Amino acid sequence: MSTAISAAAPTTLPLGKALNAGLRRALENDPKVVLLGEDIGKLGGVFRITDGLQKDFGPNRVIDTPLAESGIIGTAVGLAMRGYRPVCEIQFDGFIYPGFDQIVSQVAKLHYRTSGNVKMPITIRVPYGGGIGAIEHHSESPEGYFAATAGLRVVTCSNASDAQTMIQQAIASDDPVLFFEPKRRYWEKGQIDPAAETSPLHRARVVAPGTDVTVVAYGPLVTTALQAAKVAADEGRSVEVIDLRSISPLDVDTVAASVQRTGRLVITHEAPVFLGIGAEIAARIGERCFYHLEAPVARVGGFTVPYPPAKLEEHFLPDVDRILDAVDRTFTA
Amino acid sequence: MCPAATQSLSKDVPLFDTDEIVQLITETGQRRTHPDFSAWVEDIDLTELRALYEDLVVVRRIDAEATALQRQGELGLWAPLLGQEAAQVGSARALDPGDFVFASYREHGVAYCRDVDPTHMLRFWRGSTHSGWNPFDYNMTTPAIIVGAQALHATGYALGMQFDGSDGAAITYFGDGATSQGDISEAFGFAASFNAPVVFFCQNNQWAISEPVSLQSRVSIAARGRGFGVPSVRVDGNDVLAVIAVTRAALERAREGSGPTLIEAVTYRMGPHTTSDDPTRYRPAALDEEWKRKDPLDRIRALLDSAGAIDDTYLAAVQQRADDTAAALRRGCLETVEPEPMSLFDNVYAEPHPLVDEERRQFAAYLDSFEGTDA
Ligand SMILES: Cc1ncc(C[n+]2csc(CCOP(=O)(O)OP(=O)(O)O)c2C)c(N)n1
Repeated sequence: MSTAISAAAPTTLPLGKALNAGLRRALENDPKVVLLGEDIGKLGGVFRITDGLQKDFGPNRVIDTPLAESGIIGTAVGLAMRGYRPVCEIQFDGFIYPGFDQIVSQVAKLHYRTSGNVKMPITIRVPYGGGIGAIEHHSESPEGYFAATAGLRVVTCSNASDAQTMIQQAIASDDPVLFFEPKRRYWEKGQIDPAAETSPLHRARVVAPGTDVTVVAYGPLVTTALQAAKVAADEGRSVEVIDLRSISPLDVDTVAASVQRTGRLVITHEAPVFLGIGAEIAARIGERCFYHLEAPVARVGGFTVPYPPAKLEEHFLPDVDRILDAVDRTFTA
Repeated sequence: MCPAATQSLSKDVPLFDTDEIVQLITETGQRRTHPDFSAWVEDIDLTELRALYEDLVVVRRIDAEATALQRQGELGLWAPLLGQEAAQVGSARALDPGDFVFASYREHGVAYCRDVDPTHMLRFWRGSTHSGWNPFDYNMTTPAIIVGAQALHATGYALGMQFDGSDGAAITYFGDGATSQGDISEAFGFAASFNAPVVFFCQNNQWAISEPVSLQSRVSIAARGRGFGVPSVRVDGNDVLAVIAVTRAALERAREGSGPTLIEAVTYRMGPHTTSDDPTRYRPAALDEEWKRKDPLDRIRALLDSAGAIDDTYLAAVQQRADDTAAALRRGCLETVEPEPMSLFDNVYAEPHPLVDEERRQFAAYLDSFEGTDA
């Protein structure tokens, strides 16, 4: 088996291919890593994230499962108890719910319930979010349900370099990790940064420095936030963009340090604003940075509606204009 | 033997305990008799068969036109039914208007038989709406995307029918892959325990996206039903007549209080899973060729031909009807009125909800702020 994606590999990859490279490395480095999911073998997954892996690692390492999410997650629990490190693929965000009970009742709690005797080093990969013109149940952002459950770690990548590194870190973690992949960014190319591997999984990162206002984003909206920052810069406003990367645990320190510099905070995500991750960040920043804030914290997210039909999603999803509008609000409040 | 299957029946309904595949028209178009099922389609003469053939041709044409519209960017996605026309038309033509259909996402042929305007089928796939029609207008649900969920809904609806003393039945459609889902097992269990008047109609088209049926089940799909006490029959899903016969028998069992039946229609998906799928990555071309020879349209056409029941004028007329339907479909698709931005907030709740109302007001104000700008 070749171990060298490294030297010969290109330094620029689409996010989806970077995930594939990360999974390949995890399979190479640890014989206990097994992948399981619907259509992940011969087809390479509906997004081709596991393309070629079954061919190279065999059907016992890259397992096409029957069409059953509860089955996938529940089987992973048993595999984990037997010393394996299962990596489950859920085909689309909206299909995770048949596996929800196994995730929140079993995967999340077994370590606690067994006084730490049973570990659940399970990674659950979920392509999530909208913007691809899909039909129902294919564009949701369910991260909040999982972040609300103690015992689970919840992370999401926004670029190719993180994708390749974070997936390996998630698999190496002895805790269960919900790994949300921004599906509309799968084809976006990015530099693979060799230094990225030293950044811990739970650490947020300033991806664009700025002085006037902090914009916190994660997953698919990091790209949008960076675009908004550019437009704002042309209008003479300096926006600092933070990529949260980890949703649970939340790296409030990095956000607070930024807000202490800028005095203003906008948080954006695709999930509805109500009880979204933004609410938690706003509350914590309110506690930590009350005297630094020049304006109320602004949130930009989905509405309190189910994810709409594709012809309406441009109105549902936060875009550059809505982020800029929120930035403006923090200056006029 | 399942207890339900031993109850008395109005016609001779077999006990459904074999894995034999019921067939009434051979692959080359000869009519066959079956000791248990021929009686169920005695009334279907050549005129009726011609009408069924017409249905099959029109349904195939609707599917082809929708696939073309997807390729032309008018639809986001489409789930083709190519190869499954007989399973859908046969089962749907066995239904009474008062029966209720709980469909998955591929039942365009069933929808056609329920008189759903084909244009309305497209709206969902175009992304204009989540539901192209009102389920209560046609006694048929709009597409269910979460695999298997609808089987439980059908079971519940059937229970309601039973409680109400209705002589209707519910029928639910799902694929072979779906039988791996817990919801399907739970539906079998509930239906058997409560003797619900529901017909489970599995289109075993051999594939769940890239996964062959052998990965879902080591026994026939029909055997899965039997394990729950649901009498189960296998039928040649490319034989429209046989499908009508078994579906009529199953519906009759439901109506007279004999409980649920599982029908496994053995068929083949001749195209991709959806228009985003590439079957060449997982499916041997030889298999496609093999099933092409069992085409559900060819066989009934051969039967009509050998009976001298069709000629060129008839075939041209059928084709014309199919083309007209397709033209209307295309026109309807291109004329779709797209939803207004503010409709985002409609129907989230049945009763007023202050948070939704507040977001509606805020978003309206936001949109108004662009008035007069070119943004
Ligand atoms: C709960 C759930 N998991 C996964 C999917 C993705 N998916 C859609 S259709 C499909 C295959 C279904 O196969 P089958 O039940 O055999 O029906 P067919 O599409 O062949 O008619 C899969 C995996 C889904 N829609 N719902």
